[in-house]
Amino acid sequence: MFKLIPRENVSPVLSLLGPLFSIGFTMLVGGILFYFLGVDPFAAIKMIFWDPLMSETFSTYSIPQIFIKGAPLILIALGLSVGFKANVWNIGAEGQYIMGAIFGASFALSLYPLESIFIFPTMVLMGIFGGSLWSMIPALLKVKFNVNEILVSLMLVYVAEQLLALASLGFLRNPDGAGFPGSRNLSQYSSASNSELIMGTGIHLGVLLSLLMVVFFYVLLFRHSLGFKIKLLGNSPKASGFSGDNPNKLIFLCLTLSGSLAGLAGIMEVAGPAGQINIDFNVGYGFTAIIVAFLGRLNPIGIFFAGIVMALTYVGGELTQFMLNLPAAAIQVFQGMLLFFLLSFDLFVHYKIKLKGKK
Amino acid sequence: MKRVSKFLSASLIFAVMVLNANLAISADYKVGFIYIGPPGDHGWNYQHDVGRKAVDEAFGGKVETVFQENVPESADAERVMTQMALAGADMIFATSFGYMDPVINVAKKFPKVKFEHATGYKTADNVSTYSARFYEGRSVVGHIAGKMTKSNTIGYVASFPIPEVVRGINSAYLAAKKANPNVEFKVIWIFTWYDPAKEADAAKTLISQGADVILQHVDSSAIMTVAEEAGVYAFGQASDMSAFGPNAHLTAIINGWAPYYVEKVKQGMAGTWKGGEQTFDGIGAGMVIIGDLNDKIPASVKKEAMAIRDGIADGTLHSFTGPINKQDGSPWLKAGETADVGTLLGMNFYVEGIEGDIPK
Repeated sequence: MFKLIPRENVSPVLSLLGPLFSIGFTMLVGGILFYFLGVDPFAAIKMIFWDPLMSETFSTYSIPQIFIKGAPLILIALGLSVGFKANVWNIGAEGQYIMGAIFGASFALSLYPLESIFIFPTMVLMGIFGGSLWSMIPALLKVKFNVNEILVSLMLVYVAEQLLALASLGFLRNPDGAGFPGSRNLSQYSSASNSELIMGTGIHLGVLLSLLMVVFFYVLLFRHSLGFKIKLLGNSPKASGFSGDNPNKLIFLCLTLSGSLAGLAGIMEVAGPAGQINIDFNVGYGFTAIIVAFLGRLNPIGIFFAGIVMALTYVGGELTQFMLNLPAAAIQVFQGMLLFFLLSFDLFVHYKIKLKGKK
Repeated sequence: MKRVSKFLSASLIFAVMVLNANLAISADYKVGFIYIGPPGDHGWNYQHDVGRKAVDEAFGGKVETVFQENVPESADAERVMTQMALAGADMIFATSFGYMDPVINVAKKFPKVKFEHATGYKTADNVSTYSARFYEGRSVVGHIAGKMTKSNTIGYVASFPIPEVVRGINSAYLAAKKANPNVEFKVIWIFTWYDPAKEADAAKTLISQGADVILQHVDSSAIMTVAEEAGVYAFGQASDMSAFGPNAHLTAIINGWAPYYVEKVKQGMAGTWKGGEQTFDGIGAGMVIIGDLNDKIPASVKKEAMAIRDGIADGTLHSFTGPINKQDGSPWLKAGETADVGTLLGMNFYVEGIEGDIPK
């Protein structure tokens, strides 16, 4: 048998190399998997990582698409990373994302067909509010009654999904939609439409905000005392208390901040690329963002690159499906491997393996 | 580590150098399909994939089909269809209702690509829609259900309260009531198209309420499995599901997309394909198929069921023939009058005799 012993000095270089190694290992093991599925592994890996960026046929369309697909991942992961640093585990970003979309869309659609320049900004604020409200529930339960935030935030995802179904079938259902589920299309309501900023690319305000937020969070975490307090809370709650910080306040802040960003991602998506509230509106960004946060080492700049890599595997993964007949599940396994290899690599960075037994 | 990274970088360079192959799909005519779930679901998606394979076979090497499974009804659908169009697809079949707005958006960007959207209602110069009169099949199974029930209680597992599903319940009820005036329908709405666990729970609840025949308008085979275990009857949905309940499976309403897909691809290649069309075909055109009848059904009932099927196919019978009142007792169809397509497509009311409300 063997046992794990924490390393006293964790090499920062190795720690930074982790994500690169996990991507490399994923390519290798994923390639073997593809080979056994009867697909040329080199063609598949190239199609996932290379063609969306470089091929003449696809790149003009897919490069902006990678940023569009990455934007909600980056926004949500940035918010989550702050909490994760403080040992506050918001697993329910998916629910907060849904609630942001429902709140914002409900506000805008209640005014339909009124046109006004105030609708869009208010709708975005409502979206942020919706997401933060949903994350305030685990936050309050945590600080008041010490209820585990992992469970509460996760279970609230399922509640949010039910509310989403209720909205699509009930109070937000398109009256002109022949009885089918789904709201009016916000992209066809100009005051509420999160329309593209650069013609023909689909790049919308959410993409721009995701980039600005990377900068904002970098400053917050590394140049502002709040960032220090959050890290202190994560590393040593006791020390945090001694230094005069109120841990409950920080926990509350971390959760509502991550909820707000998930809500922002939700409203940007529903008013932009998705267009409407529907039963299947959420496609798992809130959960995938957890992988993105860790793949990016909880560092805003890392998260940006991790979000782009993850988006690349989606966009490129779709190409491999219909060009090479690779099953969708194979791509999901491929994405799952990214986190798996990262975590295993981390284990070896942070721990030594010692063989137990007689000496 | 060093060797691994060496291997990795070598393979990366190799990949970049060698794989500058032509990315376009290579065949005379290229057809793409997008599915909401996996083709292995033995239901909705499976039948669309049967249709795709029929296209492959019908045209030999002249037509190449590609497909993508598990495409969410969101921005992802738009991206997948755009990428298919960029890869050179000439025609794209979008096989779920929720792809409607994405289809219209992508069709605008690719005016030369032809789009066929299942079950939607929006068309364009290069977008046509198609849907099947599944309610015709429900007349046949409704009759069988009415004859086979001993408890006079028929369970119905329904997905979403949309016209398509409401139409099916009404059609099945009218046929069952005609076959057996004492029948009663119990409907459970589960608000999903595909969730084996929820479907099984709903079936169990219906059985515990006394139902001994279960109809379903959801996609998985879970209900068939539950029915087999409980010793009650059920009907296959979209595909033949007898493998999941050889004793329970009375027959199935099978979606027959193959003739339509082959015909549309033929038109596309010949240049006779038209946009803006809305196809709504039933048993007569082979878009709705009644599966094999279980030997547990008495010969007389089999004969009646086949007579209903053939009558609907040749147009002498219509699932909705008056006199029919709405649930609230107000008249809908006069004696001998048949329902018009508009009312059928927007149907949001129960017919007289069905208890309970359609969820709002």
